[in-house]
Amino acid sequence: MVDAATPLWEVFIRSRNGLAHKHAGSLHAADATLALQAARDLYTRRGEGLSLWVVPSSAITASDPADKGMMFEPTASKIYRHPTFYEVPEEVGHM
Amino acid sequence: MATTSITVRETPLVRYLLRRADDALILGHRLSEWCGHAPTMEEEMALANMGLDLIGQARSLYTYAAEVEGEGHCEDDFAYLRGERSYGNLLLVEQPNGDFARTMARQLVYSAFIHPYWRALMASPDATLSAIAAKAEKESAYHVRHCAEWLIRLGDGTRESHARAQAAVDHLWPFTGELFEADADEKGLVAEGVVPDPESLRGAWMQTVSAVLAEATLALPPNGWMQKGGREGRHSEHLGPLLTELQYLQRTFPGATW
Repeated sequence: MVDAATPLWEVFIRSRNGLAHKHAGSLHAADATLALQAARDLYTRRGEGLSLWVVPSSAITASDPADKGMMFEPTASKIYRHPTFYEVPEEVGHM
Repeated sequence: MATTSITVRETPLVRYLLRRADDALILGHRLSEWCGHAPTMEEEMALANMGLDLIGQARSLYTYAAEVEGEGHCEDDFAYLRGERSYGNLLLVEQPNGDFARTMARQLVYSAFIHPYWRALMASPDATLSAIAAKAEKESAYHVRHCAEWLIRLGDGTRESHARAQAAVDHLWPFTGELFEADADEKGLVAEGVVPDPESLRGAWMQTVSAVLAEATLALPPNGWMQKGGREGRHSEHLGPLLTELQYLQRTFPGATW
């Protein structure tokens, strides 16, 4: 099976200095060096970035979609966490 | 109806430009043949990227050749309307793709030469040549890295991949001598300081290639008999079929655009 020899990697790109690396997609590669090269060829063809990270997908621990209710829904009822009631002075700009 | 081939008004600089452009075009075309056949999607993109880099280099050189020639030709005329004997590319670049190891070995031995060559050409007093070289240098640097990484993994991989990588290097080695040749035209340009002497890059080339082969646990082939003739238009049996495919559309539908 291909996957055993070429594990999955997650690709992150920083588009500009000062911005965070953002997830761009994934790819298969045998090791980190080849994953970085493949990321360059697959995800930076149109000048998308200045910096690339590749991370083994297996290193990521993800939340279970089945836990959606427990994980995320309680925040919806806590409207005081959403600062939409306040008048923001114009000089502040984007918060 | 077949279109007639063009006659190029050759000066030393035009001939030089066409040869370097032919190298890039033919190798770029070979890489394009991997489209739809590459071992993985990731490598498919990498091979297409490298192919497009090379075809882009060919376009710049052909366009400049047309300007220097001044006969109203364009880049397409040079690519599509010259016969096999007018092509002056290296025999190395017209060699068939073979397996993946052979494609990587071919690309490495070419790129390990052309990368320092472009770097040297950046110092040319000819502003157009220097600009083309500056762009191509970065592309070729990546080709060296990509192919070296692959050759290292193939050579230092399984028994099968090692054997195939060694066979690829051995097979292509006799075509590497031509990289360092310059004919009277090119020697003239070298003497004028317009272009670098390819022979002066042999050391840098050997250093790159031997370091990669060593890391790949592959043996450096002994220096023996070298094949030549591509620069004079004497090609292997492989260029004709390649040009037939490359030129088919323009020869069948002259002036076709899309």
